[in-house]
Amino acid sequence: MQLYWEVFLRGYRRYAMYRAATIAGVFTNTMFGFFRAAVLIALFASRDEVGGYDLSDALTFIFIGQGLLMTVYLWGWWDIALQIRSGDIVTDLTRPFDFQGYWLSMDLGRAVYHAIFRGIPPFVVGAIVFDLRLPADVLGWFAFLVSVVLAVCVSFAMRFILNLSAFWLLDYRGVGALVSGVWTVLSGFAIPISFFPEGLQLFARALPFAAVIQVPIDVFLGKYAGFELLGMLAGQVGWALALLALGRLMLGAASRRVVTQGG
Amino acid sequence: MANELALYPVLVGSRIRSQLQYRTSFVLYVLGAFILTIADFVAIWAIFQHIPALEGWTLAEVCFFYGTSYVSFKATDMVVGHLDLLPEMIRTGGFDILLVRPLGSLFQLITADFALRHIGGIAQGLLVLGYALSQLSIDWDPGRVAMMAVMLVSAGLIFGSIWVIGASTVFWTLGSGLEVLNAFTYGGNAFTAYPLNVYSGWLRRILTFVVPLGFVNYFPSLYILGKEDPLGAPDILRFLSPVVAVIMVIIAQTAWRFGVRHYRSTGN
Repeated sequence: MQLYWEVFLRGYRRYAMYRAATIAGVFTNTMFGFFRAAVLIALFASRDEVGGYDLSDALTFIFIGQGLLMTVYLWGWWDIALQIRSGDIVTDLTRPFDFQGYWLSMDLGRAVYHAIFRGIPPFVVGAIVFDLRLPADVLGWFAFLVSVVLAVCVSFAMRFILNLSAFWLLDYRGVGALVSGVWTVLSGFAIPISFFPEGLQLFARALPFAAVIQVPIDVFLGKYAGFELLGMLAGQVGWALALLALGRLMLGAASRRVVTQGG
Repeated sequence: MANELALYPVLVGSRIRSQLQYRTSFVLYVLGAFILTIADFVAIWAIFQHIPALEGWTLAEVCFFYGTSYVSFKATDMVVGHLDLLPEMIRTGGFDILLVRPLGSLFQLITADFALRHIGGIAQGLLVLGYALSQLSIDWDPGRVAMMAVMLVSAGLIFGSIWVIGASTVFWTLGSGLEVLNAFTYGGNAFTAYPLNVYSGWLRRILTFVVPLGFVNYFPSLYILGKEDPLGAPDILRFLSPVVAVIMVIIAQTAWRFGVRHYRSTGN
């Protein structure tokens, strides 16, 4: 356990080193938040309510979404795929720790850093400019925190699987771009899933992508209470476990395939 | 200059040939670029499921802005997008090599790659633009046809210049300058995908005139679509995109020269 805690701290510190990049990233995320907010304000100029959201809900959705973007690392995380390509992964696979557990600990450490330094600032700026919602009580905040941790786990499990695909595909980045596009739409990041027409909405909610963006934001907005809330969180736990298990199976299959080059 | 113009197709041709060697990989890239950009269009489509017009613009009109923005931006991304690799080149010392060769450093950087996969994104923009044109009854007189061509070229030059100006700041800021640049390149793409009266306040004024994203497609499109400017800007602005583009290119060239002159190698 000690080892994974150390790895968790390492994950945090690794990203904490790039101060200037963090500030620049916050600037970009916030700017995009303003662009997206403007479009939704224009939408709500002629409607009071869309898909169960009012303007405040929608703007809150945008700025929490901009903050979650880096926390769940929606795009472009290829640390393991790069190791597979270089062959360095072989050393890690022979080390006496759980490979998936090692990377999950590292990723949770990273997520804590990104949640604090990339997640909170865009929301604060958004809250200064616009009238944004906050959870009604301590329980609401707690449920959101749990939901974000689970979202990171689901996102990690999916990124783990994507990265492992590098064992079979020589060039994983094409698949990566493809999945990024699907993920951006079906997670609700591009536009809340609640704004989709009914059929597409049901489809999107039945997939694990929604557990990464849509669910934590809806929890933040207090859209669920009681058993419904527990059901949503349980859904996230279910996806996390199922996808982590699938990742393990893939890792097992891949390890049997690995042929170490040279001596 | 003449020398570089002659060299460009030779160098870029070789980059393209090398990318086509890996067929499957290339197809996946193009498909990926197509799907990734269509994500942005889904947002517009979903919004118009709920309203007939956004701040006075129909779906087809918004698609016209979106399509022209994407076609010009993705084409620019294809030609100069790899300027994003400059911080890495400076860190590894690779940039020093460019400085001792008998060609301009910017020219060498631009010809170092040609991201053909972005035709996926361009195709997506063309598709949306095609839909817009099929729905809008634009009276295609010679003036409008000429304006369309001038607009797309000017848009590419403006986006490209912003990229070069951003890359020039890398000589002082290393990686982080480029991350800020993203807000104006990729951000500029997002910003110009909608008619500008959707935005408001200081953000719109700065991005319209200072950056100057208003000249990418908004003002010339008003001329092509034959629309009154809801923002009430003077009509003369509709014709100024090429002028703004030339000014931006000059600023970009100056910024790059200034940056290179202040460059100190990381060498040891």
